[in-house]
Amino acid sequence: MSSTRPADPRVGATVDLGAPRATMTESITIRLRTPAKLRNLELLLLLFAIGVTGAAVALVQLGAIGELDGTIIGYGAGLGMLALGMHVVLRITAPDADPFILPIAVTLNGLGVAMIYRLDIAEGLTGWESYGIRQMAWTAIAMAIAIATLLIVRNHRILARYRYLAMLAGIGLLLLPMLPGIGQTINGARLWVDLGIFSFQPGEIGKIALAVFFAGYLVTARESLSMVGRTVLGMRLPRGRDLGPILIVWVAAMAVLVFQRDLGTSLLYFGLFLVMLYVATARLSWVVLGLSLFVGGALIASQTLSYVGGRFAGWLGAFEQENYEAIGGSFQLVQGMFGLANGGLIGTGLGQGSPDIVPLAESDFIIASLGEELGLVGLFAILGLYVLLVARGFRIGFNGTDDFGRLLAVGLAFIVALQVFVVIGGVTRVIPLTGLTTPFLAAGGSSLVANWIIVALLLRLSDTVRNQPHLVVED
Amino acid sequence: MNKELRRVSVVTLAMFLALFVSTSVIQVFAVDELRADPRNVRTLYASYSAERGPILVDGRPIAESVEAPESVFAFLRVYSEPALYAPVTGYFTLNQGNTGIEGAYNDFLTGTANEQFLDQLGALVTGQRPRGAAVELTIDPVVQQAAREAMGDLKGAVVAIEPATGRILAMVSTPSFDPNRLSAHDTASVIEAYEQLLNDPDDPLINRTISGDQYFPGSTFKVLVAAAAIDSGRFTAESTFPNPATLELPLSESVVRNSTLGPCGSGSTVTIATALRLSCNIPFAELGRALGEETLADYAERFGFGAELEVPMAVTPSRFPRGLDDAQLMLSSFGQFDVRVTPLQMAMVNAAIANGGNLMQPTLLDRIIAPDLSIIQQPEPTLVGQPVSRTTAETVTRLMVDAVANGVAGNARIEGVDVAGKTGTAENGGDAPFTLWFTGFAPADNPRVAVAVVIEDGGGLGQSGSSNQIAAPIGKRVLEAVLSR
Repeated sequence: MSSTRPADPRVGATVDLGAPRATMTESITIRLRTPAKLRNLELLLLLFAIGVTGAAVALVQLGAIGELDGTIIGYGAGLGMLALGMHVVLRITAPDADPFILPIAVTLNGLGVAMIYRLDIAEGLTGWESYGIRQMAWTAIAMAIAIATLLIVRNHRILARYRYLAMLAGIGLLLLPMLPGIGQTINGARLWVDLGIFSFQPGEIGKIALAVFFAGYLVTARESLSMVGRTVLGMRLPRGRDLGPILIVWVAAMAVLVFQRDLGTSLLYFGLFLVMLYVATARLSWVVLGLSLFVGGALIASQTLSYVGGRFAGWLGAFEQENYEAIGGSFQLVQGMFGLANGGLIGTGLGQGSPDIVPLAESDFIIASLGEELGLVGLFAILGLYVLLVARGFRIGFNGTDDFGRLLAVGLAFIVALQVFVVIGGVTRVIPLTGLTTPFLAAGGSSLVANWIIVALLLRLSDTVRNQPHLVVED
Repeated sequence: MNKELRRVSVVTLAMFLALFVSTSVIQVFAVDELRADPRNVRTLYASYSAERGPILVDGRPIAESVEAPESVFAFLRVYSEPALYAPVTGYFTLNQGNTGIEGAYNDFLTGTANEQFLDQLGALVTGQRPRGAAVELTIDPVVQQAAREAMGDLKGAVVAIEPATGRILAMVSTPSFDPNRLSAHDTASVIEAYEQLLNDPDDPLINRTISGDQYFPGSTFKVLVAAAAIDSGRFTAESTFPNPATLELPLSESVVRNSTLGPCGSGSTVTIATALRLSCNIPFAELGRALGEETLADYAERFGFGAELEVPMAVTPSRFPRGLDDAQLMLSSFGQFDVRVTPLQMAMVNAAIANGGNLMQPTLLDRIIAPDLSIIQQPEPTLVGQPVSRTTAETVTRLMVDAVANGVAGNARIEGVDVAGKTGTAENGGDAPFTLWFTGFAPADNPRVAVAVVIEDGGGLGQSGSSNQIAAPIGKRVLEAVLSR
């Protein structure tokens, strides 16, 4: 395996750092042992993840139709092949990458596929009509793109060079659905573009581009952002010209809110930006300023835009008959909660609940479906996996060697955390319900592709953390 | 940068903590409330998907869940003898509620009662679908069948109790209905059937033995008045009262007459014994006034009037009116004015007299049996109280035997057995048809069954139907059914 390493430009640097130059054999031994351990651990966890998926599909079949058929091989083995493919690529191109990230993503993806397949059975959907088959196809595409990302982005620092391009791409993708002709409105939100054979949510990819831009821009601009400015009421306010990018992002977020009618996406972009801004500049005043801007905008929107107002009413008074019966009211939310209550502590068992009562049970409300059949225990396990995934991302932020990489990792991990919070928080009435997707679990190709790219980038970033000696002293 | 990152980590962790809390709240703490929400169709699905326990009579299911492969719901509720047992079983529907035993023991039948928690847990571990418990009733199928056949097409009710235990042996209410039509899975047809039953002027959905509009007890109430008089110590069976042919009610234009329209027997005075045997109104009006409202109300209460009762279905409390003037008190003394009773209440009065003055708690429940055949509940006979002394009970029994053997309840006579009985013909005001009653028990020396029969609309004969002619033979057939066991 080490024979393939010279392609990696970093190899030389590591070997050179020993005081007296080690012999070739020694250096190979040292370099092989640790990474192999990591990758072996990953392989073990992957087998476990695939086992979980296979077991979930089998339970779905036993629970819902009472027999086993070949589907389990299609889903279990399909996901297994993809995961092992990616594992092999990691062994070659990122042997020091974090061993937990891939198995977590595969487990979540597999659980999602199993639940979507279970809902297909309930709805009587088969073949290309079924969400499960399409989700599996999208998983294959998404993981292929993730593998491609790993192969193309051998060094994440290159990304910093394209930060302004990333900004243009991000905002462009974000606003793309607003173009007449290709823009599509689904379930009241204008987030899709129609690509003929299928629809795609460009904003999902856009958020990654924006994370790259924020990381690149903030690393270069942090000094001026954090040092200069007038102090008002104990808060150091930024200079007018430094304010520009923040205002652009705020305007973009508000445009999403108003024109694409999606509070969740808007919240995601803005929250991502604020967190990265804070981590980069350590200026709490920016966060306060940004939050006030956003809350102000959202409040005005809740008063003037009927859909935002409806979401708030359906949140606070979910069980009132008036909201329950309203179009776009709390019916879905309340039915989702009935489903969760039906599951209780330990769930009904896969295939034995009635998650299909809830509208969009396979996408926006997949967490209610999983909660019903796997119970609170299952949800805790799923939330635990997310916590772990986010923690691995933050870990790169703590241990990384370059600020761009650290900031990017934090941003990407926070995207996952914020999505989980907004979606599950919406379903469980912590915050108003919005239309984000649950990472890896929910049916939807755009979301899968985006989240698998995040996985690929986190893997790449984590590889550099372990792969390099910690010579850079913390600033 | 690390300090900021740590703070962001804390915020992120707080976000996740919020989710751990919110999911716990919904899935653990708010579960009961969410399940009870009427908009929660899952609760219905669950009740139709679990194998609901059967309702048993003498070990045989009269209501059971059978697999329904064609339907979205796993099981269909089927009633084997729908019309015969509908007043007891009640009905089980998708969304119109449950009544009768189906409603009262819903928790046990679905397997969700607290007592079944360990079974549920066991079923979970072994992967079985939880099954409901079986509810075995005290109903005797022979007695129930006899009572139902004796009622024929008449409108009314029959209830039979085992005096020593309070076990309800028969509970018939006519007209009845077919609960199979309401347990069907096709909601539209269920609602149609339900509307039809609900709008039926004969009210087939009402169990007349324990609920509905209740009845004037008429002369059957004299048993309670006589028992009160004797038990109070102020009168004996031989106490005498004046015997006029008509009695003008105080401060009123109205006149009380005996059913014969003449005096009660031949003498110028009449004993309580004779008055009861011949069911005369005037002596009881005078007796009631002499006893006073307080005493009568007190004894009525001792026999169960005004008390909440569950058998396990809730029984509408019978009523003895209060705040009476003399005229009203006198009318009340022979079961008119505003005395309103359920047939079960009158059966309880007779059962207490039959049981040496001891009133037992009436019940339909024999036992509740878990799917593993262990017994979850098997209530012991419960004493409610002793409304009258043993001596009083024996005296009243003797008077009632006389009423059947030599009096106006002659059609309840059974060869070779002393039957204690009392008929009643209650007026419903104006030209309205009479309500015909028979209450009694047998054998008088060692009673095995007490019965109350009520027939509405004068048995189809308006004001010319007589209780001895129509109600007493029905009571007799029910008594015979028990005695032949």
